[in-house]
Amino acid sequence: MSEKKRIFIKGNEAISRGALAAGCTCYFGYPITPQNDIPEFLSTEMAAVNNGEFVQAESEVAAANMLLGAAAGGARAMTTSSSPGVSLMQEAISYMAGSELPGVIVNVNRGGPGLGDIGSSQGDYFQSTRGGGHGDYRTLVLAPGTCQEGYDMMIEAFDLAFKYRNPVLVLADAIVGQMKEPVTPWEPKAADNHGAEDWCIDGAKGREKRLLKSLFLEDGALAGQNRNLQSKYEAMQAEARADVFECDDAELVVVAFGSIGRIVKSTVRRLRSEGKKVGLVRPLTLYPFPSEVLRDLAKQGKRFLTIEQNCGQMVDDVRLSVRGIADSEFHGHMPGDLPGSDDFLAPIIKHLED
Amino acid sequence: MSEKLVFDAPEIMIDRPTHYCPGCHHGVAHRLVGEVLTEMGLVDDTLCVGSIGCSVFIYNYLDVDAVEAPHGRAPAVATGLKRAHKDKFVFTYQGDGDLASIGLAEIVHAANRGEKISVVFVNNTVYGMTGGQMAPTTLVGQKATTCPDGRCAEEHGQAIRMSEIIGGLGGTAYCERVSLDSVKNIRRAKKALRKAFEMQVNGTGFGFVEMLSACPTNWKMDPIAANTRIKEEMIPYFPLGVFKDVTKDGEE
Ligand SMILES: Cc1ncc(C[n+]2csc(CCOP(=O)(O)OP(=O)(O)O)c2C)c(N)n1
Ligand code: SF4
Ligand SMILES: [Mg+2]
Repeated sequence: MSEKKRIFIKGNEAISRGALAAGCTCYFGYPITPQNDIPEFLSTEMAAVNNGEFVQAESEVAAANMLLGAAAGGARAMTTSSSPGVSLMQEAISYMAGSELPGVIVNVNRGGPGLGDIGSSQGDYFQSTRGGGHGDYRTLVLAPGTCQEGYDMMIEAFDLAFKYRNPVLVLADAIVGQMKEPVTPWEPKAADNHGAEDWCIDGAKGREKRLLKSLFLEDGALAGQNRNLQSKYEAMQAEARADVFECDDAELVVVAFGSIGRIVKSTVRRLRSEGKKVGLVRPLTLYPFPSEVLRDLAKQGKRFLTIEQNCGQMVDDVRLSVRGIADSEFHGHMPGDLPGSDDFLAPIIKHLED
Repeated sequence: MSEKLVFDAPEIMIDRPTHYCPGCHHGVAHRLVGEVLTEMGLVDDTLCVGSIGCSVFIYNYLDVDAVEAPHGRAPAVATGLKRAHKDKFVFTYQGDGDLASIGLAEIVHAANRGEKISVVFVNNTVYGMTGGQMAPTTLVGQKATTCPDGRCAEEHGQAIRMSEIIGGLGGTAYCERVSLDSVKNIRRAKKALRKAFEMQVNGTGFGFVEMLSACPTNWKMDPIAANTRIKEEMIPYFPLGVFKDVTKDGEE
């Protein structure tokens, strides 16, 4: 086993430390529960560890636009918020996608709609995976289910953002953000900005001036840019990943992501110990969605049950993935109520026996 | 061969047909920015943050690196950009709808934080690009497409005076209101720009220059009448002058 030192920290701190390890040098954010540990941690550590910049913005609107500005300069930059704040960021995220700017946005999902509550929820799945703002665009979406994944996925998020020159969303939730677990910090190889120096704006000394924009008014220009973006999203499909657990001989495959995927895993373990043929697919990327994994399982004749802490969002993607071969049942745990692994026993057994 | 060039544009100005209306002051403001950047030797170090309004195409006229900000958000975009590139010269160029209405929070807080950026604020008392709607700066009595009978103080409130607000903030290093209606005032405007830009270059802080400008098209005036309107109607309500200069003892 690795001799690396483990530390016992909250998910929000793991996300913060992951960002620092990823070489993030600019943070912009506005207070909102349940993610406040992140700006509180980075308000001192950003400068101390990475000699970077921390700005408490006047709003999430401003924070996201500061992110846009730092990204235009080619910096590794991020913002974090929770659901209502992320709604306010959507215009800037759309501009970033249209202007092809890399940046990382963390959403520690809380209950909605409206002010909702400060408890955990997966209600922002649609907003996260369908672009969220105006226009035809997508952001890559990573979904940590453990504190360690919170750390690891921040490193991955920055790399993907620069690889594709695209905003990347890390969709955590209040459970991941607020629970404490052992985390093994690690340092990635030197940050690879995938040639950002060739497109960022840093002064046109000895070269042509550069322009970063999302306005395309000339005849055919916007259609061309949209085609360009669509082929980029096509290329992103290669990044789809899922944690596939006990699916080989399973009759019923449960699909669940983030903290709920983690809780369902406990339920599946318990049912396995009782000899029940149930497995779990836990998508780690929500966009691109790991459709191939599900489709392969559908071809083997498996049945599906999607479990989410919302009223049915990811289930649409599961159904699209297996369309023509299979379907998926749905069990929704209402946001506003904290689930335990026992809560999922009955629905899984019901669908196993159906 | 016998022709002699007596007046030329600095190299930073891209030689192309303008999309601005005849008599529009955006072109004058662009030119002043270009001249000052050139004279200060900043061209290769400049990052321009454009805004949404008729001047969204500023990048077509100035040969510098540029990024396009969402409507009103240029000061936030400039904040992020400047934090990422402290050694570069970062300025925003914004209209009155952009800066004084939808972007009010961003401009006030960028100034209040004392961000080391410069802001060129072109106040033509109207939403130019969208066709002449009422702006936060539209004068009481002035007609606009969304107040065809003229702005009414009771219903719409009165015009916002931005330089008075920005000049009153602790983080502002330099704030001046100038006008582009006459040669004398244009000369003064250039000096103000230079002053504000210097405050960024030498690390003093946030610089703000408001330029009273003409939008003959939406004012439904010819360019000369538009200049007269600036002098007779705008300047009395928007007084010219320095509202803050931290390099002077005591504030004006
Ligand atoms: C979020 C958003 N709302 C509205 C618009 C439409 N819009 C474009 S320009 C503009 C007003 C520009 O007026 P001003 O800032 O005064 O600039 P001017 O054209 O007068 O120079 C508006 C409302 C937009 N682009 N984005
Ligand atoms: S509409 Fe007004 S501000 Fe816009 S280009 Fe014409 S004169 Fe200038
Ligand atoms: Mg205007």
